[in-house]
Amino acid sequence: MLSPLGNDVDSSWQGICAGRSGIAEIERFDTTGYNTRIGGGIKNLDIEPYLSTKDARKLDAFIHYGLIAAQQAVDASGLEGYEHLDKERVGVAIGSGIGGLEYIEKNVITMEKSGPRKVSPFFVPASVINMIAGNVAIRFGYQGPNIAIVTACTTGTHNIGYAARTIAYGDADVMLAGGSEMATTRSSIAAFSAARALSTRNDEPEKASRPWDRGRDGFVLSDGAGVVVLEDLEHAKRRGATIHGEITGFGMSDDAFHITAPPEDGEGAARSMRNAIRDAGLEPGAVDYINAHGTSTQVGDVAEVAAVKSVFAEHAYKLSVSSTKSMTGHLLGAAGAIEAIFSVLAIRDGVLPPTINLEDPDDGCDLDFVPGSSRKADIRVALSNSFGFGGTNGTLIFQRYED
Amino acid sequence: MSTVEERVKKIVCEQLGVKESEVQNTSSFVEDLGADSLDTVELVMALEEEFETEIPDEEAEKLASVQDAIDYIVAHT
Repeated sequence: MLSPLGNDVDSSWQGICAGRSGIAEIERFDTTGYNTRIGGGIKNLDIEPYLSTKDARKLDAFIHYGLIAAQQAVDASGLEGYEHLDKERVGVAIGSGIGGLEYIEKNVITMEKSGPRKVSPFFVPASVINMIAGNVAIRFGYQGPNIAIVTACTTGTHNIGYAARTIAYGDADVMLAGGSEMATTRSSIAAFSAARALSTRNDEPEKASRPWDRGRDGFVLSDGAGVVVLEDLEHAKRRGATIHGEITGFGMSDDAFHITAPPEDGEGAARSMRNAIRDAGLEPGAVDYINAHGTSTQVGDVAEVAAVKSVFAEHAYKLSVSSTKSMTGHLLGAAGAIEAIFSVLAIRDGVLPPTINLEDPDDGCDLDFVPGSSRKADIRVALSNSFGFGGTNGTLIFQRYED
Repeated sequence: MSTVEERVKKIVCEQLGVKESEVQNTSSFVEDLGADSLDTVELVMALEEEFETEIPDEEAEKLASVQDAIDYIVAHT
C-alpha cells in the first residue's frame, strides 16, 4: 500500500490508528491560480528498489504506485516462495479511476508545442489503465485472468469483489486485486474544482477532509495504491499462508439517478449493502463496523447515513461507522482498495479507525462515527462501501477468519 | 564541447539505461543493449532533440548500431 499516510501498510495503518491526517499543500505542480491547493500526495517515495530509472520513465506514476503496492503484497504473502505455485492459476485485477493523466498531459503539451512526431512511443502503454495489471503479470509471470475494472471511485472495491468471485467461480487459485491512482495533476485538480467537488480549506489542509461535519466543503483528492492477495482457502492452507481475514460478501448496484450525485435517500447505496449482506449469508445485525465511503461532500455523506439507517434500522445505532478518508483524503480508484485493507486490519487488531475533524455533526448524522480517535473493539464483521460517478456502488464484507 | 560520438553515447546510456562501459561503437541497440522497438523510436527522438535535426522514419529504421547513429549525425548536421 502507498497512501498519503505512508509508503507501506504498517505506516499507513499506524497513521490511521493515531488519527493523523496525510493532507498537505500540493507540491507536484505550481498551484497558483487554483481554488484548491491541497491534496494527499505520496511523500518521500524511493522508486529505485522497485523499478529501474529506465523502466520508470516509460510508465505513468499511477502504474509505479500500483506496481509497488503489488510487489509489497506479493512479498508479504510469501507466494513467490511456494514451490507448487501454478502461475497459470494466478490472476490480476487492478484498476484505476482515471489512469495516466500526467503522462497524457505531458504528451499533449509536447504535441501542441512541437508537433505529432514528438509524441512518445510509450504514450499509450504508459497511460492506459490496464497496464498495472499487465505489468504485474509480466513481472511475476502470472498467466491467469488479467483485468482492470474502471468504475471511478468504486474501482478498488469492484476489482477486489470481482477477483474474489473469479476464485469462487474456479477460474483462479490466487488473485492480486486492488486499485491505484495518481490524479493530483493540474488538469484533474482544475476539473474537480470546476465541478465544485473539492475542499478549498487551503489554510488548514489537515482539517479539510471532515466527513459528516457541518463545516465540510468537499473532498480532498489523494494519491496512492492498495493491492491485496486473495486466495482460495484450501490453497492458502496448503501453503501455510497467513490468513488476515475472509471476504464473504460482495454487492453492487447503480443509483440510475445522476452522473455525479446520489439520491438523498441513498437508495442505491442501500441496495449495494443489502446485496453484499445477502451474498455473505448474514443478517444485517451481524455487521460490527462500516468503513464508509464518507468523502466529505455535502450530499454524499448524508445520503450514506440515510442508506445505513435504511439497511440496518435500529442496529445502525449499535454498529460503528467511520471514514478513513478523513485522514487519507479520497484516492478515487485506489480508495476501495486501501479501505478494504483498513477494514481487514480493523478486524485483525480489534481497532475501530476514527473519523477525524468531526467536531459538529450535521443534521441527521447521529451514528457512532468514532469521532476524533480510534477505539478498541471486538470486530468480527466489517463492511466497506465505495460509490462512484455514474451512480456505481460496491460493497465488500470481510470477516475474521476462524479455522 | 563534446564530440558527436560522446554525445550520442550519452543519449544511448540515458535512453536505454545502460552503463557507459557497455556501449561500444559496434553495439547494436536491439541485440547488445536490450532495446525493443519502442525504445529505438524514443532513442531516435532523443537524438533529434540533441542535434536539432529531423531524422526521417525510413532513415531512422536503418540506425541499428551506435556507429550508424554517429555516422548519420555527422553526415546530416
